[in-house]
Amino acid sequence: MSSEPGRANREPGSATGVGPTPAIRLEGIRFAFPVDGHHTDVIGGLDLEIAPRSIVALVGPNGCGKSTLLRVIAGLLPARTGSVEVEGRPVSGPDSRVGLVFQEPRLLPWRSAFANVAFPLEVAGRDRAARERRVTDLLGLVGLRDWSRARPAELSGGMRQRVAIARALALEPAVLLLDEPFSALDALTRERFNVELLRLWERIGATIVLVTHSIAEAVFLADRVLVLSPRPAQLVADVAVNLPRPRRPGDLDAAAVTRTAAEIRAHLEGATDDAFAIATGDIPAHPQPEQAIP
Amino acid sequence: MITRDRVVPPLLALAAFLAGWQLLVIVGNYPTFILPGPVVVGQKFVAAWTDGTMAPHVVTTLAEIGLGFVAGAVAGMLTGYVLARSRLANRVASPYLVAAQAVPILALAPLMALWFGSGLFAHALIVALIVFFPVAISTVVAVQGVDRRLLEMARSYRVTRGQRLRMVELPAALPGILGGLRIGVTLSVVGAIVAEWTGGETGLGVLINLARGSLFDIPLLFATLLTIALIGVALYSVVVLVERRYAIPAA
Repeated sequence: MSSEPGRANREPGSATGVGPTPAIRLEGIRFAFPVDGHHTDVIGGLDLEIAPRSIVALVGPNGCGKSTLLRVIAGLLPARTGSVEVEGRPVSGPDSRVGLVFQEPRLLPWRSAFANVAFPLEVAGRDRAARERRVTDLLGLVGLRDWSRARPAELSGGMRQRVAIARALALEPAVLLLDEPFSALDALTRERFNVELLRLWERIGATIVLVTHSIAEAVFLADRVLVLSPRPAQLVADVAVNLPRPRRPGDLDAAAVTRTAAEIRAHLEGATDDAFAIATGDIPAHPQPEQAIP
Repeated sequence: MITRDRVVPPLLALAAFLAGWQLLVIVGNYPTFILPGPVVVGQKFVAAWTDGTMAPHVVTTLAEIGLGFVAGAVAGMLTGYVLARSRLANRVASPYLVAAQAVPILALAPLMALWFGSGLFAHALIVALIVFFPVAISTVVAVQGVDRRLLEMARSYRVTRGQRLRMVELPAALPGILGGLRIGVTLSVVGAIVAEWTGGETGLGVLINLARGSLFDIPLLFATLLTIALIGVALYSVVVLVERRYAIPAA
């Protein structure tokens, strides 16, 4: 993953708390959307360091700028002030070191699953043989090897999102950003996908930052849960999840899970008035039954 | 079964139309130079194709349509794309485009004849003009309608302008553009015939004038109309086939 030539390694020790070169470092990030010539702050001064190969969950009230923050890290939106660094090098625009999975799969409907995963490789100018090898590996990784010729319309919602994850991994990013990737799936499928995501992470060893509305999901997946305030988003709490890995549902320390969830919930309630719905996990998802079309 | 359901009803309608036509001729007892019956027209159609009357005119008209359609469609797509993607170009050109479309292009045919004569170029130019607008406008709408979320996805992989056009915008806009081409291709037949009315040596529009005028062969006029209709249907079918083959509607 870190075999990219010419990658500058920063001196260890310059990063505080997280040891050598953090996977992601945000310094004084502010972001504002221009509205009628004025700027409405969406992200208000955020400093953050995320250790390599860790999983960090972002939770916070609706519209607090979590998705915006992911886009700033991915280089899709420019921060008004502050800097974003991935593996010690600044991000200034869309970057192959960062893979972004959107809330919706965003597949090209006229391309097969295979060709959708090949998209970033084609854009990057990889030759056909290299593309075929890589896409075959990726489809195997997300369990869709038998579906490579299927068009998105022939896949279930869950399968489409798996294709989207495979596509985001195509250029071997060091950082994988997930914006509520499973929010359109029903509860059971979603649980299964979380387990799959952990297995995937154990195999690829990327740093993962994901946005979620589910405290349970955040605790199950993450090493750290960052609680954000309403707009402009600021860091309210940084909760460590001290559960051993590998984690599998069923053999988690129930007391530790409950304790951590309660701590996050308390911070969320402190952060916002209408956080109760979020804290109790009642944020409406959009259930869409997973059905495979043969 | 599906093909039979598709083929039988139009054939029945055709039979009813021909029967009604023949009946009208018999009941009204119209002379052939006013309304020839379907049998007479059919015979003339076959004769004109076998004795070589029709073929040179068809070749001329098809050449005008071919040249004019390709030129008009290409220009329309390019213009449409630029207008869809450049706010400045849109602001500058949009009012004029609308104004130009409000002028019936066919009214320009005599002017084109005055400037460019009555050869292939002048006729193809009129075809191109009449094809241009529906294609340009459907391209603007189709390109503006490309899902912004797909464009953002593509941007996250650092697509170049050319890659974005080739790999995202063109395939996504294709169904809409083909809709414009469908309208354009039928209009192109109209354009060619009207262009030929303003002058020319050969062409189906010329043949219509000849049949009505110096030849005074009304069955030939009808046979020519039939040929024009068949050309229109054939060209339309080609566009529809292309559409079926290449345009996958966004899911």
